Amino acid sequence: MTSKRKIKDTVLSGLIYLCTGFSVALLMFIIIYVLYKGVRYVNWSFLTTVTSALKGTIGIAGNIVNTLMIVIITMLIVIPIGVGSAIYLNEYAKPGPLVNLIEFATETLSGIPSIIFGLFGMMFFVESLHLGYSILAGSLTLSLMVLPLVTRNTQEALRSVPDSYRQGAIGLAAGKWQMIRTILLPSAMPGIITGVILAIGRIVGESAALLCTAGSGKALPKNFIKLLGKIKQSGGTLTTQLYLSATSEGDFNTAFGIAVVLLVLVFAINLLTKALSAKYDVTRKK
Amino acid sequence: MKLAKNKLIEGFAKWLFAFFGVVAIFAVCSITFYMILKGMPAIAKVGMSELLFKTSWSPTSANPSYGILYIIMASLLATATSVLIGVPIALFTAIFLAEIANKKIASIVTSAIELLAAIPSVIYGLLGAMVLVPMIYKLEKLIFAGSLTHQFTGGSNMLAAIIVLAIMILPTVVSVSMTSIKAVSNNLRFASLALGATKIETIFHVVIPAAKSGIATGIVLGIGRALGEAMAINMVAGGCVNLPLPFNSVRFLTTQIVSEMGYAEGLHREVLFTVGLVLFAFIMIVNLVLQRIRKKAIDND
Repeated sequence: MTSKRKIKDTVLSGLIYLCTGFSVALLMFIIIYVLYKGVRYVNWSFLTTVTSALKGTIGIAGNIVNTLMIVIITMLIVIPIGVGSAIYLNEYAKPGPLVNLIEFATETLSGIPSIIFGLFGMMFFVESLHLGYSILAGSLTLSLMVLPLVTRNTQEALRSVPDSYRQGAIGLAAGKWQMIRTILLPSAMPGIITGVILAIGRIVGESAALLCTAGSGKALPKNFIKLLGKIKQSGGTLTTQLYLSATSEGDFNTAFGIAVVLLVLVFAINLLTKALSAKYDVTRKK
Repeated sequence: MKLAKNKLIEGFAKWLFAFFGVVAIFAVCSITFYMILKGMPAIAKVGMSELLFKTSWSPTSANPSYGILYIIMASLLATATSVLIGVPIALFTAIFLAEIANKKIASIVTSAIELLAAIPSVIYGLLGAMVLVPMIYKLEKLIFAGSLTHQFTGGSNMLAAIIVLAIMILPTVVSVSMTSIKAVSNNLRFASLALGATKIETIFHVVIPAAKSGIATGIVLGIGRALGEAMAINMVAGGCVNLPLPFNSVRFLTTQIVSEMGYAEGLHREVLFTVGLVLFAFIMIVNLVLQRIRKKAIDND
């Protein structure tokens, strides 16, 4: 081997290790720095009270409730649509222009950045439909945003169910819907749940679309009726509050406190999806 | 009786699912429709060339001007440079994961990359503002020491935004490239090794070219991500419309919307919708390129 080739080899493999090292170090740095800066602000009262100059409390309970509400409402909207759409594509539709169009639309939706969803949500849900800056407008906007995630994962899961299951059920004179309900959906459930959890992760981390549609309210509803009423009121999520704390409010302690909570949440969601897909693979191999 | 009822349910289910399927089409159509509907009026009022090819942006002055050329340039330039910086790093990492690492290390590093992808963009913005911006300010003071013409940005500038974007596109490019590198047939590797090429030569001359369509997909996805990112770069790029030079405070298509939509009124607000329309047009081009590449890859298989 000539020395020139040797040098080239060494340099390239050096670069490979260097870049990998950089990527891993980056993650380590982000985790350690956020924990170092924020963990001391996260305590029981931070998680259970609302920031109030009057009571002298600093807390994010309102934002936690808002985040939860947006996750739940978005899921209520997007799960039927996403799963239904995947069922249609995989089980009912015959290949043709309509299927291509739906696939194309789903692909396009997944490529649209969140700020565009935010703008659209603001123009359509907030203004044209007069929902105002509200949790409902935010959830509707996010439903469109995470729809491709749920559809794609359900499609994958349905594809992995062996055809013999379908034939067996149809052979026993089950109707198509009956077959889907009793055989397909249960077998595809782990994959569907993975998609749903991924979608939840995306919502928890989302900020631009919500800032334009759900507003930044942080009040904590006092009872259940008020909680339901909150759907039509403005509500800032954890990410929205982090952004506001770090910019206009200039309260970096709260910002880092929220960052810690967010990191814990998204990492937990990540672990959950990993555990699920590992389990899912095992059942598939059996 | 029961049969008739079952038949009814079956028919209903079919139509319901078809309806759910069409929702995605409906969504894309209404987004496109609304972006154009709300984005066009300002173009008509301000004038196409006045809007797109003028550089002065002062929407709230007595004699307002709405030139967004600098904003468009900043978005395109930041996207291009961040991809140029981020892609090599991502590609080398993907090569490590797919070709060099043993299973255990690969799984640890892959988890790290997945976690990087899961971190919300506001956290990247927060860290950028707290860690990167002060560092860049030091550099700025060093470079422009004694300069009378330079407007100091305090570190919040184009350069900071580019670095944050380069970091944020890493996970996307790594995971897509890694998948495509792994999918390259082992026969190619063995043939190359048998001809006397070293492992590294095999990777760069045989495996990477064979995986190029997957890598291209990853890069285009990264471009889309960089072009559409709003919150993180809004926290590090400063707040003035300027020529996109490294140490200038700049506005991007995305950050212009995020930071001014809250208070904009009248024509100013309409122009912001036009900014959204311009961004949307760029994103649609990126999407079409992406789908073209994917289709080509499937046709080649």
